[in-house]
Amino acid sequence: MSAPLLAVQGLDLHYGDAQALADVSLEVAAGEIVAIVGANGAGKSSLIRAIHGIEKPTRGRIVFDGQDIAGGPSHRVCEAGIGHVAEGRQVFPNLSVLENLEMGAAPKRARAAERKTMERVMALFPRLAERRDQAAGTLSGGEQQMLAIGRCLMGQPRLVMFDEPSLGLAPTIVQEVFRIVRRLNEEGLTILLVEQNVQASLRIAHRGYVLENGRIELSGAGGDLLASDRVRQAYLGL
Amino acid sequence: MSIVRLLIGGATPRALALLAALLAFLVAAPAFLGPYALSVAILILYFAFVGQAWNIMMGFAGQLSLGHALYAGLGGYIAAGLFFHYGIGPWVGAFVAVAVAVLAGCIVGYLGFRFSLAGVYFALLTIAFSEFTRIAFDHWTWAGGSGGLFLKVQGGVTDILNLRGGATLFYYAILILAVGAFVLCRLLLESRLGRYWLAIREDAEAAQAVGVPVFRCKMIAIAISAALTALAGVWNAFYYNNLFPETAFAMGRSIEITLAPIIGGLGTLFGPIVGAVVLTGMGELFTDLTEHLKISGLKQIFYGLALLVIVIWRPAGVWPWLAKRLGVEERGR
Repeated sequence: MSAPLLAVQGLDLHYGDAQALADVSLEVAAGEIVAIVGANGAGKSSLIRAIHGIEKPTRGRIVFDGQDIAGGPSHRVCEAGIGHVAEGRQVFPNLSVLENLEMGAAPKRARAAERKTMERVMALFPRLAERRDQAAGTLSGGEQQMLAIGRCLMGQPRLVMFDEPSLGLAPTIVQEVFRIVRRLNEEGLTILLVEQNVQASLRIAHRGYVLENGRIELSGAGGDLLASDRVRQAYLGL
Repeated sequence: MSIVRLLIGGATPRALALLAALLAFLVAAPAFLGPYALSVAILILYFAFVGQAWNIMMGFAGQLSLGHALYAGLGGYIAAGLFFHYGIGPWVGAFVAVAVAVLAGCIVGYLGFRFSLAGVYFALLTIAFSEFTRIAFDHWTWAGGSGGLFLKVQGGVTDILNLRGGATLFYYAILILAVGAFVLCRLLLESRLGRYWLAIREDAEAAQAVGVPVFRCKMIAIAISAALTALAGVWNAFYYNNLFPETAFAMGRSIEITLAPIIGGLGTLFGPIVGAVVLTGMGELFTDLTEHLKISGLKQIFYGLALLVIVIWRPAGVWPWLAKRLGVEERGR
């Protein structure tokens, strides 16, 4: 097997005295969808933020495409090719849809092909094209999530980390979001998906990790995890 | 000429005509304004200029500084001190003044931004720095200590090299600074950096998530803002010829700097200018009124009430409303 695109090795993260992540190791191969599932407070967002360089790990390595990116700064992580669709659909509310998307082309790498990427994003999300001049804050929750995803794609990432993309969305929109994640993956994007929606995310994931109290407790193929007693009991209530 | 396009691109002919008329009026003003009116015009330009400088931090990058007196005070003291002690003129002294103010700004910025102080906590840090600098200057004999620093006033001499002269000289000096700051701000807003500031102002976390170098952009904002404010301080010191730590670094001085952009419209190019006109005009009006009514202290009450009314009536500032009336709206920012 060739080297994984992203490898996290022995990662510890502390907030003051509180340990958020303990000895976390995981791998994401190019072309995979990898899901990280776990309860609220298990450390999922901390892990994403550590990979993105927003939080500084106390120990461990984060290697992306052969390059150690642990500790950021986060714009350099974006530059390396990691995109981040943050929790809670953080769009710029007073900027137009178009301006939001333009802001996504912040990495130097992405600037040359900005117009082309824009066309692709508009084709992927026709709703955004219709509302290009509207202030992002006036979009519906689902549209804001599409905008957040589109803006991330503007940075031409090779790997996209989704942090709770289904949070607070209506069930039909949640389905739509997962459909888009899968489609992006089919088009060649590597995906790291963090979700509380265990069933939906493990169903589309090639592989998954179960995070509990900052530790990886279980890992395996998405389907196997879904079928395991532990996941069924703890997360699916079966 | 791409710089010309950057400067006036997107402006309607009507807006450009109004702008040209305003500029022509400002250039010609000393020819027909009396000494009193000229002194008011000077005050307006001063507040428009420092307001523009402060607006870069708050209006563009969303970082609230309530300690901008620090940069004005440092700038003024250093240029005045160099002139007073060594005869070094302000055109040279200004470079030193700007360098020191930028350094101070970078220290404040580093502490605030590296440790992610936001909003009021960052504002408190800026206040703290200007307060303890005030206390330091109270005890610094080179700068005259609490007794103040005074520049020699020579009546009737116009010496442009040393910025010594009458009101007209200072009028044109501050006009050049104000126009320069306006042009600079316009270029900044149109640049990639300006767009990044906007993203940071809107949502710093989201800006970081899309790969905006947030820390670096904030540091550049405070450095530019401090540099311009220091120039205002240099001008101020040579115009008034005296400096006291109690006033140069006063909290009131810092607040004064913030008012024009807030009243005029945060984050807009014309906000600080319109705000400066409104505030200075109101100040003078209320001074006259108080004298006329022979009741002392009324001015402050009127002034405070008027600010209150404007902030409630036009929370986004006077300029966006006025621009709509004039048909020259700035792009929504």
